[in-house]
Amino acid sequence: MSLGAVVVILVVALSAAAAPVIMPYDPDEPDAEHALERPSLRHWMGTDLYGRDQLTRIVHAGRVDLLVALAATAIALSLGSVLGAISGYRGGWTDQLLMRAIDTIQAFPSFILAMGIAAALGNRLSNIVIAIAITHVPIYGRLVRGEMLRVREMEYAEAARTVGNRRRRIIFHHLLPNCLPPVVVQATLAMGFAILTVAALSYIGLGIRPPTSEWGAMTAEGAGYIVSGEWWVFLFPGTAIMATVLSFNLVGDALRDVLDPRMKGV
Amino acid sequence: MHFPLRSWLPGRAPRVVHALDGVTLHVDAAETLGLVGESGCGKSTLARCVLRLIEPTAGRVRFEDTDLTALGEEEMRRRRRDLQMVFQDPTASLNPRLSVAATVEEPLALHTELTTEARRARVDEVLDEVGLGAGLRDRYPHQLSGGQRQRVNIARAIATRPRLVVLDEPTSALDVSLRARVILLLRELKRRIGMTYLFISHDLSTVRYLCDRVAVMYLGVVVEEAPAGELFDHPAHPYTRALLSCIPIPDPDAVPERLTLTGEVPSPVDVPSGCRLRGRCPLAQPVCAEPVPVRLVAPGHTVACHLA
Amino acid sequence: MTPLLAVEDLTIHFDTEDGVVHAVDGAALAIGPGEVVGLVGESGSGKSVTALAILRLLRPPARVTSGRIRFDGRDLLALSEEEMRAVRGARISMVFQSPRTSLNPVLPVGRQIERLLVRHRGARPAEARAQAVAMLREAGLAEPERRARQYAHQLSGGMCQRVMVAMALATNPRLLIADEPTTGLDVSIAAQILDLLRDLGRRTGAAILLITHDLGVVARLCDRVVVMHAGQTVEWAPVRGLFHAPAHPYTRALIRSIPRVDRAVAMEPIAGVVPSLLAPPPGCRFASRCDLVRTQCAAGAPVRTVEAEHRVACVAVAGV
Repeated sequence: MSLGAVVVILVVALSAAAAPVIMPYDPDEPDAEHALERPSLRHWMGTDLYGRDQLTRIVHAGRVDLLVALAATAIALSLGSVLGAISGYRGGWTDQLLMRAIDTIQAFPSFILAMGIAAALGNRLSNIVIAIAITHVPIYGRLVRGEMLRVREMEYAEAARTVGNRRRRIIFHHLLPNCLPPVVVQATLAMGFAILTVAALSYIGLGIRPPTSEWGAMTAEGAGYIVSGEWWVFLFPGTAIMATVLSFNLVGDALRDVLDPRMKGV
Repeated sequence: MHFPLRSWLPGRAPRVVHALDGVTLHVDAAETLGLVGESGCGKSTLARCVLRLIEPTAGRVRFEDTDLTALGEEEMRRRRRDLQMVFQDPTASLNPRLSVAATVEEPLALHTELTTEARRARVDEVLDEVGLGAGLRDRYPHQLSGGQRQRVNIARAIATRPRLVVLDEPTSALDVSLRARVILLLRELKRRIGMTYLFISHDLSTVRYLCDRVAVMYLGVVVEEAPAGELFDHPAHPYTRALLSCIPIPDPDAVPERLTLTGEVPSPVDVPSGCRLRGRCPLAQPVCAEPVPVRLVAPGHTVACHLA
Repeated sequence: MTPLLAVEDLTIHFDTEDGVVHAVDGAALAIGPGEVVGLVGESGSGKSVTALAILRLLRPPARVTSGRIRFDGRDLLALSEEEMRAVRGARISMVFQSPRTSLNPVLPVGRQIERLLVRHRGARPAEARAQAVAMLREAGLAEPERRARQYAHQLSGGMCQRVMVAMALATNPRLLIADEPTTGLDVSIAAQILDLLRDLGRRTGAAILLITHDLGVVARLCDRVVVMHAGQTVEWAPVRGLFHAPAHPYTRALIRSIPRVDRAVAMEPIAGVVPSLLAPPPGCRFASRCDLVRTQCAAGAPVRTVEAEHRVACVAVAGV
């Protein structure tokens, strides 16, 4: 099953990357003659209100969604892990300060916070990435801190000190890598959440601005047409979100097993 | 190397755990000093104080004319080239993500100026010395047996040819037959390279086999110190005698004179005044409440007891 | 004298991903009423597995593939689970290695003993409470009423082990199996626990099967000894006979490999390594490490009698 998930992600990612080359239609250009056409051989996923080919739009949208999710996750992971590692290893005031900062972020419902930041900073792509990243930092921070608390009591942490390592190297070279396996799993799950957040933000209009295609925005548009019977406008982008997020989850589970150091050297 | 020191680990304030109290010991070059005692006696704390993994509250650790306790952090770090430790749990003391070669190479990378090639060669040399083939260099800890892991520990400790190696219960976590091999390895290294060991253990028979001199600790103080044979054949302190008499001897006809201590070890927070064994010692006298003198009962054999 | 417990030709396999582990191969031993028998071997020798088999505590992937365990005139391996439950804890009980983790952490220790008494002796709650306290006192716990109300984590390792002993003997079993009962305990506490086992055993008339790798403990406590190596039982002897005239090459090597506290000895580790139990060599499993090995060893080791009560499974030893 996880193999299937990997395949899905690869397909999404590769097609997203190659989108401008492989997609026959222009995602942004309206073609009023063919508005709201059902799925057919010409338009495999039908067209939207402006006559734009859905399939093309969905694949292009993949670029945006994946990019944002990846960037946000990467930033949150790096920042959160470093903060968590330092906090966990040093304890005391450092720990208290950092953890209270993280508490503050977590006190807000994450979507509201993302909304707030996006609204405050403006709808640019980079701001959305920042907004999502900030809401995700606490997850990694706490996770890594917890792992660090466990790992720093291990004898090899003491051994690293005995051997003559400087503290910084002990934290980052020895201990942090051992804190990472749960982080990787969390990251893949979080990628899914990030995609959902972008989609949701766009759905309510705070995310990517039209005419740029984005799965959430497309789903939002499509929602208006369910009643009138043009089911394809929301179904395909919605499915794209679901399939991608699910695949990330499955890959995350599989990755955790792979990253177990017991697999190394086998 | 001298270490007179006093270390108080803070318990819940204002109670204080007297982990070590006025311990003075010395280890001569190429000698093996055994440190024995039951749990709570402070021997592990002492080991960590010697290496300054824990800071002593008072006192000094003098190593070859240098006062280690007075060194700054960076200087102390550099000194670690000469002071290494082998830990008790062979699995927990190896970083599961580092290969054998990486683990053993690290001290060389940190403390020597050797090139990568030279370090590689030295790692292979050390792996041979401890009886692991150089072929195991790319393995990871989970692919090794307990005995092999402990050898890696030892390899890491001796890679830089330290002047002193502290061994904290290096064989407790090992099976009986592995124990014998590791002990023999340690003895062999001592013979061949002239290693100086501070050997901490609760296993007295191993201590007898490996150590030149032995110090017995109880509740944070040294109660007796003597050359190994002398200590085991003519123990002077009641605690030592009690301890020895508790050890079952693999000879059904041996009937050891059982000196029993009553009660349990008191908590290191409420330490009795004078002799710490006072409440449990069957030979206790009123004078035992006074500060305890250290007496010389035979050449090289000291005892902290009023009645010696 | 009919033995209280007789293990005959016990063979136990473990089904693992890597194949079948032949953990125990044709083990045999007998315990008489009131005797203290030591089962000695290194880790991996199969001694703990054998003990668990006696109490039918083994679960898949372990399975007993052959053998009989006779107790009280019945074959324990043939009993139903219901019948076995009446035996466990009542007729045969066990003391495990790490006392703190063997005790239920959420029940006060006194209650754990009471439950046993209610279940197996049909005691009424008030009686059971009083008896539990009495057992704790007999097991050497100071202030037993107070301790009975405490939880496992509030007691020291030594005290926990006393509780385990009290629990094991509360129902007056005929056989007590003690699996490395002194691991992790300080020397002085370990000595106390061993004395406790011996005294209580004598007082209640229970037989004790003491599993250990420590020959000193065996010498101090046991009447007879059974030696195991790599899943095979190789020597059976009264304790003096074992130490003064060890017959099996493994026993001899084992005795030579331990350092001693009462005199300086040359410690010689046993040659070779324990053979892999995934693909064990046929016949005697000590052959690859033995200095007396010969071709017949691969065909199996016949049991020979060296002296009265002293038997050995070895081709190279002359029997009477």
